[in-house]
Amino acid sequence: MEYFLQQLINGLTLGAIYGLIAIGYTMVYGIVGMINFAHGEIYMIGAFIAVIAFAILGPLGGGGVVVALLVVLLVSMLLTAVYGWTLERLAYRPLRGSPRLAALISAIGMSIFLQNYVQLAQGARTKAMQPVITGGIEVMKGETFTVTLSYVQIMIMVLTLALMAGFWTVIARTPLGRAQRACEQDRAMAALLGVDVDRTISLTFVIGAALAAVAGTMVVLYYGVIDFFIGFLAGIKAFTAAVLGGIGSIPGAMLGGLLIGLIEAFWSGYFSIEYKDVAAFSILVLVLIFRPSGLLGRPEVEKV
Amino acid sequence: MLRIDGAHAFYGHIQALRGVSLDVQEGEIVTLIGANGAGKSTLLMTVCGNPRAAAGEILFRGEDITRWPTHRIARAGIAHAPEGRRIFPRMTVMENLQMGAVAAAEDDARRAARLEHVFGLFPRLAERRFQRGGTLSGGEQQMLAIGRALMSGPKLLLLDEPSLGLAPIMVRTIFDAIATLNREDGLTVFLVEQNAYMALRIAHRGYVMVNGAIAMSGDAAALLADEEVRAAYLDGGHGKIAAGEGGAP
Ligand SMILES: Nc1ncnc2c1ncn2[C@@H]1O[C@H](COP(=O)(O)OP(=O)(O)OP(=O)(O)O)[C@@H](O)[C@H]1O
Ligand SMILES: [Mg+2]
Repeated sequence: MEYFLQQLINGLTLGAIYGLIAIGYTMVYGIVGMINFAHGEIYMIGAFIAVIAFAILGPLGGGGVVVALLVVLLVSMLLTAVYGWTLERLAYRPLRGSPRLAALISAIGMSIFLQNYVQLAQGARTKAMQPVITGGIEVMKGETFTVTLSYVQIMIMVLTLALMAGFWTVIARTPLGRAQRACEQDRAMAALLGVDVDRTISLTFVIGAALAAVAGTMVVLYYGVIDFFIGFLAGIKAFTAAVLGGIGSIPGAMLGGLLIGLIEAFWSGYFSIEYKDVAAFSILVLVLIFRPSGLLGRPEVEKV
Repeated sequence: MLRIDGAHAFYGHIQALRGVSLDVQEGEIVTLIGANGAGKSTLLMTVCGNPRAAAGEILFRGEDITRWPTHRIARAGIAHAPEGRRIFPRMTVMENLQMGAVAAAEDDARRAARLEHVFGLFPRLAERRFQRGGTLSGGEQQMLAIGRALMSGPKLLLLDEPSLGLAPIMVRTIFDAIATLNREDGLTVFLVEQNAYMALRIAHRGYVMVNGAIAMSGDAAALLADEEVRAAYLDGGHGKIAAGEGGAP
């Protein structure tokens, strides 16, 4: 029981991180109909920016942990958003209107490019960081096992919930969110109504990158080690989450993220940790075969 | 208000417009009739920059808008209720109307007033305001498409086959609304129609399009009485009008 609870906590934490990344995949797919395979790298860049920001901020001291955290988070979101914006501008916009395969190849190219870029700029070795937040709460004490909920985990879950609520409000209630949904449903019509479609697509990449940056920062705090390759696995898992939830569906991405996180945690807790990645990929394959529209996605029926 | 001068447009290698010239004056209802595939919808879309005119000029209130991006054309005051209505299916009636107001960067008071105006014109929309666009009936969708176009307070309204697929009673409702908008609000309307009879009845002037070019033009009443037009587009006839520029008798 204690062990189960611990895996649940771990899984939810992981799931929150995957969910944040998955939103970027699903939003971009919704609006431009392509899988942004470089999104995992955007998340990786967010993590690197966070490590660098912590390194610069650490010696400065003062202000306390909370302020430092907020500053790092904002810096990472801001700079990563710039990367996301640039990515769209340079690699995808010129290809809009060309066959989808072109954009797909461009995305894979950008993914490799960004990996190499970070490897060159930051070195291939893993970067480790002193834990910034330590400690936690003992939730339950069993005879052999103590369930703990660390402060980092609490922060990840609370922050993710807050962000998703905020993000949801933007999409559902603001003019920007409406324009975003309109472009998703009928881009040409949105333009006829005065929506600047290019700008809306840019903003979609910016928002997706900022959320990925939060995930990157969280991972830095949670695991303390990163390298230039983390975007690959996390990217594929978040992509799996987006497909599982139903690609194009934002609640689907959140749900899919949580499920993938839970599955991974329970799999490594009860079966074997070596094969935890296989679990995620098997799910991707199974979903694609048996339910391509995902849990909350809608089947491609309506012609818009 | 709108002046099209020798417009050519292509879809890939297919030429859809072959040097179309026409004009719409302020306060007019001008209709464009023609057979399926003549290029009517293409002309309306070309005015909005999608597809862009490959040659020729499009002037709106004296400004050359030929190269403007679509959203800028919309913001300049051209509203388009396009072929197929193109309601956002997963948005509510209210949200669809709000999308219509995007082109109008104005204070909230005018916006609220316009919403009231649209609801006054089509009370059915008010009843359905929280229903999703995709679940509306064809007639309701058409009302919504027109209502949405009106939400920006346009100077020129482009309407593409508003009567398509509607029961006669609904066609009457829609055409009455168009005539009212023109008469009471002075709205300028450029109307594409298959239903030539209804269109010519409410229009001031008309153009006949054949194979991507204007074949005839003139007063609506004159076109309505014209033998050739009658044979081709009225009286259930499907005869052809020869391509080439020609005036009304
Ligand atoms: N998106 C497109 N791609 C390729 N060809 C197109 C496209 N849209 C229209 N066409 C072609 O351009 C020509 C003109 O089409 P358009 O839709 O403008 O005709 P229309 O006069 O509006 O006809 P209808 O009365 O049937 O609506 C047709 O030959 C049509 O096949
Ligand atoms: Mg048409």
